[in-house]
Amino acid sequence: MAERVDPTSAPPANPPIIEPGHTFATLTDKISAIVLTQRTPWFWYIGFGASFLLVLVLFYCIAALLTVGIGLFGVMIPVAWGFAIVNFVWWIGIGHAGTLISAILLLLRQKWRQSINRFAEAMTLFAVACAGLFPLIHLGRPWFFYWLLPYPNTMGIQPQFRSPLVWDVFAVSTYLTVSLLFWFLGLIPDLATLRDRAQRRVPRFIYGMLAMGWRGSAVHWHRYEMAYLLLAGLATPLVVSVHTVVSFDFAVALVPGWHSTIFPPYFVAGAIYSGFAMVLTIAIPLRRLYHLEDLITDRHLRNMGVVMLATGMVVAYGYLMETFTAWYSGDVYEQYMMMNRMFGPYGYMYWLLILFNILIPQLLWVRRVHANVPLLFLIAISVNIGMWLERYVIVVVSLHRDYMPSAWGMYSGTIVDYGVLAGSIGLFVCLLFLFIRFLPMISIFEMRELVHDLSEQGQTVRSTE
Amino acid sequence: MATIPIYGLMAEFRSPETLLHAAERASQEGFKRMDAYTPFPVEGLAEAIGFRRTRVPLIVLGGGIIGCLGGFFLQYWVAVIDYPLNVGGRPLNSWPAYIPVTFELTILCAALAAFLGVLALNGLPMPYHPVFNVERFELASRNRFFLCIEAADPNFDPDATRGFLESLNSEGVYPVER
Repeated sequence: MAERVDPTSAPPANPPIIEPGHTFATLTDKISAIVLTQRTPWFWYIGFGASFLLVLVLFYCIAALLTVGIGLFGVMIPVAWGFAIVNFVWWIGIGHAGTLISAILLLLRQKWRQSINRFAEAMTLFAVACAGLFPLIHLGRPWFFYWLLPYPNTMGIQPQFRSPLVWDVFAVSTYLTVSLLFWFLGLIPDLATLRDRAQRRVPRFIYGMLAMGWRGSAVHWHRYEMAYLLLAGLATPLVVSVHTVVSFDFAVALVPGWHSTIFPPYFVAGAIYSGFAMVLTIAIPLRRLYHLEDLITDRHLRNMGVVMLATGMVVAYGYLMETFTAWYSGDVYEQYMMMNRMFGPYGYMYWLLILFNILIPQLLWVRRVHANVPLLFLIAISVNIGMWLERYVIVVVSLHRDYMPSAWGMYSGTIVDYGVLAGSIGLFVCLLFLFIRFLPMISIFEMRELVHDLSEQGQTVRSTE
Repeated sequence: MATIPIYGLMAEFRSPETLLHAAERASQEGFKRMDAYTPFPVEGLAEAIGFRRTRVPLIVLGGGIIGCLGGFFLQYWVAVIDYPLNVGGRPLNSWPAYIPVTFELTILCAALAAFLGVLALNGLPMPYHPVFNVERFELASRNRFFLCIEAADPNFDPDATRGFLESLNSEGVYPVER
């Protein structure tokens, strides 16, 4: 049957992107068995149950917000944008790594992407879904969300297309749609695999319907690859545009601390930074619990760590330049904003942000840290927290003291704010658990292709079976 | 078998290389109506069975152009014709501000065109297809490679084609029932 990759062919310094000994058949069986034949493991029930409890918290908070109103949030003039916007930007940013891994690394022909792209894309979808929740509930009357779209209406009004907030509606909904299409297109051949492997009628029927009759015809593959490549090419500028538009929500406003041209690039870098941190946060427990160390190898973790370090340095440069520009501008409000950000009432938030986002990740310079999986996991968690703090510092600390001291105020999240944040994390984790239970979390056909390519690249091949 | 009209004959192969070789041979023999089935995309296989060129890029380009023009003129219509707002005498057609949404709608329409286009060209969804009648065919999504020469091909002859397929290093040749 198929070929085996010889264990001696991988250079020792570079861990392989797939452990030796896998064939087309073993890969297919290993990945599809998680969905089809393995007993659902105990940790799945615990994880799903715990995250579902948080989803119930989310439902409760949303119900309260709908019946009572968004007065339950801590927002009040001057801080009219609170947790909801912080969480929105945080989640959207997390989503970016999925698109980056699946689209940009595809265009750059990075073979190591293939065992992580599927769940990274799923992560993107769920993160964008969580992100989308926040502007919607922050609307106050979410049942009128369609007023954001241009359509002929009896009120005789239209959205203002010069406003970044309207751009945001289009950017985020396009992002969600394109991510969904990209993810589903990638799933179709694997759904066909599951259809052919399923023993029982109901799963066979459901996977069969979702696979839409995919039969792996050479002509179909040809068109499929072309469409997949084009979608990747479309998603690449899209992912850059989405966080750029999100940063315009701030940069176009005149508030000191927001009105800055460095926002778009540093938001995009921050998004990739937090996204890779989240991919690591998910990948490390996942590969351990499902024994996927042979497919998601140390090489993947190392590469993701390196990407995190690089984007983290861009973010650090962003912080540095923000501070420099505030001083160099000679503008008293800008200068005051920066002093207030560092030494004002929320100063501790800024220094925590520097600690979590800049100082702790410097450990990634050390080669041994890449191999230390628990430490890598902790660094990823640190970046997740740091990026949330960054958005908090940008949103809240800039707003709470603007031009007129008579308009200053303080802000803190209420229990409902924290409830919605925790609930959105619960929703994200819950959706991920459902995903790994019912769909192949690693792209099976791309892994088969990878095994084939690796065996073709002059690596010793021997026939087995 | 000869009494039941069949869809074609299907040969099974162990590796993409033998399938590719077989497809090239079948092409040289003058077979036109055939298809190959593989668990992952195999480079050069579509060309080997005589497939020339895909229209997917053209469809995506069309979608992108529609999204771009539609997106821009949607905003133009809203801001200039349907709901003009005089903001300090600034021009109504402030086109630089319309670029982000134009860009997003270009991507959206192009992506929708790519997805729907590839499905439409491939004729999916198609819940039934004769190749699924072959029992071994479920391995086409695992580790086996298949070549099917259809009975509709003018050169098709049940016995001669079977003999030809068997000569190609195949693991087995199966009739595909309709």
